Amino acid sequence: MKQLFTRPESLKDVATHFCPGCHHGSVHRLVAEAIDELGIRSETIGVASVGCSVFLYGYFDVDVIEAPHGRAPAVATGAKRARPDRIIFTYQGDGDLAAIGMSEIIHAANRGEDITVIFVNNTTYGMTGGQMAPTTMPGQKTSTSPYGRDVSKDGSPFKMAELLATLDAVAFSARVALDNPKNVLNARKLIKTAFRYQVEKKGFSFIEALASCPTNWGMNPLDANQRVTDEMIPYFPLAVYKNTANL
Amino acid sequence: MQTAVAEKVFLKGNEAVAMAALEAGCRCYFGYPITPQSDIPEYLSRELPRLGGEFIQAESEIGAINMLLGASAVGARAMTSSSGPGISLKQEGISYMAGSELPGVIIDVMRAGPGLGGIDASQADYWQATRGGGHGGYRIIVLAPASVQEMYDLTMMAFDLSDIYRMPAMVLADSVIGQMKESVTPNPRPVTALPPKEWVVRGRESGAKQNIVKSLYLGDGEMEKFHWKMQARYQELAEKECRWEELHTADAELIVTAFGSTARIARTAVAMGREAGMKVGLMRPITLFPFPKKAYAALSGQCKLFLDIELSTGQMIDDVRLAIARDAEVLFYGRPPGAGSLPTPEELFEQIRKNYPTHA
Repeated sequence: MKQLFTRPESLKDVATHFCPGCHHGSVHRLVAEAIDELGIRSETIGVASVGCSVFLYGYFDVDVIEAPHGRAPAVATGAKRARPDRIIFTYQGDGDLAAIGMSEIIHAANRGEDITVIFVNNTTYGMTGGQMAPTTMPGQKTSTSPYGRDVSKDGSPFKMAELLATLDAVAFSARVALDNPKNVLNARKLIKTAFRYQVEKKGFSFIEALASCPTNWGMNPLDANQRVTDEMIPYFPLAVYKNTANL
Repeated sequence: MQTAVAEKVFLKGNEAVAMAALEAGCRCYFGYPITPQSDIPEYLSRELPRLGGEFIQAESEIGAINMLLGASAVGARAMTSSSGPGISLKQEGISYMAGSELPGVIIDVMRAGPGLGGIDASQADYWQATRGGGHGGYRIIVLAPASVQEMYDLTMMAFDLSDIYRMPAMVLADSVIGQMKESVTPNPRPVTALPPKEWVVRGRESGAKQNIVKSLYLGDGEMEKFHWKMQARYQELAEKECRWEELHTADAELIVTAFGSTARIARTAVAMGREAGMKVGLMRPITLFPFPKKAYAALSGQCKLFLDIELSTGQMIDDVRLAIARDAEVLFYGRPPGAGSLPTPEELFEQIRKNYPTHA
């Protein structure tokens, strides 16, 4: 009997700590599929960040370095410069990458480091209990914006995929979502493309994945998924913002 | 670039550090400009590319220390350098490196503080260096050069000790030692037995176990176990790696103790004291962590009066007090760091003369 669907080799056979309806598991799977399909597991090093993404090493069956909060692109830079023959990816949330780690991501991207960054944007700090993030949407209530994000005081959400695409050294930047099968398939394709950029030494590649966080949004999984479709995608458009090598 | 030959060359302290790093096999340097250590990144930005190495002028001190973390995690010998405000910014990364049991060399060419302070020599970051500096309760290896030759030798030693004990190592210099020029013998890298880096993150080769470099320990008892393991390692360091220099201590009735550039000045003052007929000696710790406690304890068995001299309001004196016998006394003479506060040999000689015990 032919087996059509199985766990990617690059993922361990363990239960994750992710909440029901959280999209982290889907992103994990797509990253693992890309690693498997490109046949790069034995040379891949993951850089885990701080937040719900920190347990990367427990789920991915690849070697992993755990970075301080926000510093994954700097850690990946050091690792890649010392081992240019390795495939190095960071996996970071929005608080990690776009708040405390803004300097590290902008500069790693601007140097054109040959790394792949997977950015999971769920508009909140998941691990610490749903505080306001730099990507929290206008009016969105969180545990530290109880009256809703006030753009006159808190600023507007960062659109990281667009922002990084403006840098000359960025080779690939795209935003994907996981709210329906079509978008998942597209995300699968683009995540693989991002890794291909590194395999083919074409430069810095960036994927922003819009993700749900039912627990911290105070929603059930279906409503949270619907919020991605109805509120997030219109504000954070899904697109390939840069694809310099047309991979 | 000067290649390592046992012939004397005339070098700045900071250049000696950079040269020693290359001789030690360091091929990755990450730094950020700050006075008085910028000669180090300047030298390495010129020489590393010629050797096939990597030089990055990082976006920040935080970026630089984390690049060091990443390079170290994949097994490279790597270094960063800074001073005062920059070292403060690096403390987050140093704590993570300590927590992840990562080697790596950090050069601290101390300048005056707090805050922006000044660019003159200081020893006021002794506590920051020897107490760990960042959060969580850890130590790092701290070596204190008192000459340009030692800038060279101790930088090479820092790489070896750091690799052997799997913890960051710091060379704690100051702007006097960093900026002054002396003749140096650039000795070749010592042959040291180094443990294999089996823990290195290298990509999951077939059949190999997954390697993880991390500092997160959430399981019951895991964090405590880590701390006890590190305590045992610090103990081993103290037993095997303490280094110090004694001068005229055998018959001394007063032992001056100082480290780094202050010890240089104190050495002259001690010689002046001997010339004046006083039995005065010098005890200079070279490893500040591990602090040579046993050597101090032994000295305090024979000499009951110490004079601790620092370019600060007194930090190392805490360690001296803890190390010496209870019936010995430590006096203190210090000048807070800053422009114009570097003591002269005559000034220190006066302190020796004033405090020299007179037996009734």
